[in-house]
Amino acid sequence: MKILVTVKEVAEVEDEFQISGLDVDESYLEYDLNEWDDYAVEEAVQTSEENDDVEVVTVTVGPERSEETIRMALAKGADRAIRVWDDALEGADYLSTEAKAELLAAVAEEEDPDLILSGVQSGDDANGATGVALANKLDMEWAAVVNTLDLDIEGQVAHVHRELEGGIEELTDVQTPAVLTIQSGINEPRYASLRGIRQAQQKPLDVNELGDLGLDESTLESDIERTSMYEPESEGDATLWEGSPEETAGELANFLRDKGVVDG
Amino acid sequence: MTDVLAITEHRRGELRDPSFEVITAGRELADEVGGDLHLGVISGDVDAFAEDLNRDGVDAIHTVDYGEEFNHDVYAQAIPQLFEASSASILLMPNTVNGLDYAPAVADDLDLPLVTDAVGLEGGDVTEIIREQYGGKVEATYDIDSEAFAVTVRPAEWPKAEGDGDAEVAAADVDIDEDAIGSEVTGFEEVGGGDVDITEADVLVSIGRGIEEEENLPLVEELADALGATLSSSRPIVDNGWLPKNRQVGQSGKVVTPDVYIAIGISGAVQHVAGMKGADTIVAINTDPNAPIYDLADYGIVDDLFDVVPELIEEFGGEAPNL
Repeated sequence: MKILVTVKEVAEVEDEFQISGLDVDESYLEYDLNEWDDYAVEEAVQTSEENDDVEVVTVTVGPERSEETIRMALAKGADRAIRVWDDALEGADYLSTEAKAELLAAVAEEEDPDLILSGVQSGDDANGATGVALANKLDMEWAAVVNTLDLDIEGQVAHVHRELEGGIEELTDVQTPAVLTIQSGINEPRYASLRGIRQAQQKPLDVNELGDLGLDESTLESDIERTSMYEPESEGDATLWEGSPEETAGELANFLRDKGVVDG
Repeated sequence: MTDVLAITEHRRGELRDPSFEVITAGRELADEVGGDLHLGVISGDVDAFAEDLNRDGVDAIHTVDYGEEFNHDVYAQAIPQLFEASSASILLMPNTVNGLDYAPAVADDLDLPLVTDAVGLEGGDVTEIIREQYGGKVEATYDIDSEAFAVTVRPAEWPKAEGDGDAEVAAADVDIDEDAIGSEVTGFEEVGGGDVDITEADVLVSIGRGIEEEENLPLVEELADALGATLSSSRPIVDNGWLPKNRQVGQSGKVVTPDVYIAIGISGAVQHVAGMKGADTIVAINTDPNAPIYDLADYGIVDDLFDVVPELIEEFGGEAPNL
């Protein structure tokens, strides 16, 4: 069987930062593999280790810089990778859920996977919508926010738990092929070994432009436009204790004593 | 006229709070664009739900009596039919786990632009939607240049609708194709258990990503001991397997209401805040002065927890462990 894992390189913002134009200034961003996708990669790799003849392919939409992130997924055990990018994407201000799902669906149609795993959301934009939109475009079944997966390959059923709010899980059976969006905590993502990192350099990483996927720039058009970005005004009116750690700890200790949390 | 259709949510026989919040958000938007507010209620005891949902500002309620519990294949089929039958242009859905399990599919089927997790909505010639990014560190506005669109709204951002309404309630003429249902909900499971109930604690010492390594946990355990407090955590600590699931505070964990909540190395992601904002007094210890937790905290220490916590343990006669 073949498992396709959608992987995104996300930007994290440093503690202190500045906004320039419609985004955080590039110099305050650090890039990393999206946390939720890391769990999705791990789930796919574990499935390939537990079953014969499972190929794990990653797909990402991102510039050349993101290859470092993709190689990390390869180092953890994915077999090969596909990256989608071209000049039109470079110039796009905002990539809608719709556009992302179209791009990924074009790759999925080429690959014809039995299962697609995607992180629940990305750490930067946090739309939480691409996986389900992708399933719909592919006319596949899906399940969102999966934190337990028991895959019956023969029976073509994924027995999943979906993590609902308030400490409740929903038990659902989903017919495969399907897209599952993977919640953090479903497994323990491995660190890439040195051997894995070396091997990853030799694994195939194909780059596709829009034309290679039978798409054109119209795929990127959207009625949604980002028009501003700003730091929210702090709503808080917290009293901040200042001074050395000894002094601030003393202030907090006095507060807890006054409050009757602790004696003496 | 631009009508709004808002989708409600229930679980195990009870309407959930986001159902009443989408009414408020939907009414606000309908007023700005000059239209009616329609509600969709799908599956379960729809008649009883409709009675409860009939609150001030609701113009029409459409019920779909099919199945007991949420099934996204049913919702994904029913909502586009409701949308078209109600002649609405704007589709509002809760940004809940179940909302995100159907909203992207429905928006795709209806070919509507979709913006998720809105924390603010402003109507007008162009609708402006406010959402957070980069873990809540920034807000961004998005303009939707289309009369018709779909948006999911963040839970607890709008107050719950109250007051009696006089909406017209009617069973909707909706066809559900059983062959197109490829998923089946087989049950529910409560998670956690264990010997500690963090919802009962008067004082919680809660730890987040800032603790860095599992080996550093004894530091906060010692503090909790010294204070006679209970130890809880944010999601990453449980995801890493450092503490059991029943210690997790947040949207997918427990909702807690202690007298004092000491958040240590917790940035205050919205999912965490959903579980602890009801605490009487919130104290934060975090190196990042811009961390969202400070929007909520009553008191704070902007400093390294590894410097402050040992001092605090000593204040109460304990001994900080050597890490």
